[in-house]
Amino acid sequence: MIRSDVLKELVPVISDQFVVCNIGLPSQELHMLDDQPTNFYMLGTMGLASSIGLGVALAQEKKVISIDGDGSVLTNFGTLPTIANNVADNFILLIIDNGSYGSTGDQPTYAGKKTSLAAVAKACGCETVIECQAEDCADVMREAIAGDKMTVIVCKCESGNIKVPVITKDPVVIRDRFMTAIREANT
Amino acid sequence: MDIDKKIVADFVNNDIKLVTTVPCKQLAGVIDEIDACKDIYHIPSNKEDEGIGICAGAFMGGKRSAIIMQNTAIGVTVNTLVTLTQFYRMPLPMLISYRGELKEPVACQVEMAVHTKALLNQLHIPTYHFHQQSDAEELDTILKYTFMCNKPVAILTDATFWGGYGDQ
Repeated sequence: MIRSDVLKELVPVISDQFVVCNIGLPSQELHMLDDQPTNFYMLGTMGLASSIGLGVALAQEKKVISIDGDGSVLTNFGTLPTIANNVADNFILLIIDNGSYGSTGDQPTYAGKKTSLAAVAKACGCETVIECQAEDCADVMREAIAGDKMTVIVCKCESGNIKVPVITKDPVVIRDRFMTAIREANT
Repeated sequence: MDIDKKIVADFVNNDIKLVTTVPCKQLAGVIDEIDACKDIYHIPSNKEDEGIGICAGAFMGGKRSAIIMQNTAIGVTVNTLVTLTQFYRMPLPMLISYRGELKEPVACQVEMAVHTKALLNQLHIPTYHFHQQSDAEELDTILKYTFMCNKPVAILTDATFWGGYGDQ
């Protein structure tokens, strides 16, 4: 399974959840598969999906899922200690780890070589870290949503991309409808 | 009122509920006040772009946020300021220690100081420079302006403002 297959299986599980989605193909794939006001698509700023998601989770009570990639986490490694030391039990970080920089042509990442992101997350102090295979990701996510614990999921999958259109929505529209959905869910 | 307490009081009065910080010697006092403030969630960041991401999330989650950092961070955060804070039109007060100005003992700090205002100007970020402690009387108005216009706004605070570096 490649990342778009993982997302396809995740859609029924996360469709009604607040999602902050990583820059590039992950956002484009999620946008194509299941565009929702509860999705915040990153159109730029590689590496910050987990930081933005943590900020949303700390500011309000509803569950927030950040969909990140191995390459993006590697670019913002400082995020893992911050997440570990500022526990938000309504926060789930899903790292789709295909061992490559998918959006830029599948160049290999160190996560696909010697570096284990799950081991790094644990070493940083994250208490609930689950590494799973792509086939099990939707079930693991379902359990994480049902639970009440900050969870880091590292989903191992194959590298590869499908053809997807870029997101042409205005960023302020994406932000505003996301904020409106959060405000309504919290009132 | 003590300047650190005044800054934090202005933050609280403007409903800022989350503040992220990356330390600087000049900012140690205000960071201590932020940490002690029961109305503000203090979340130290490992790098300033990470902090700006957290602030963006907090804002979208319904809480006003701010970042406290050194001017060297302008060099670190250009992409984040442009493609996140500005592109999605989010407010972000940035209280910045303006290292490398008069009374600076460390020569290397001057290298970023000479670029700081030029970079902020290039990024079209409204910028205010606190040199005397009385300049901080405008902080409340600057914060209101920031949340009115949904832009990042820089408040540069130099060594004279903070009372120098003591015997350093």
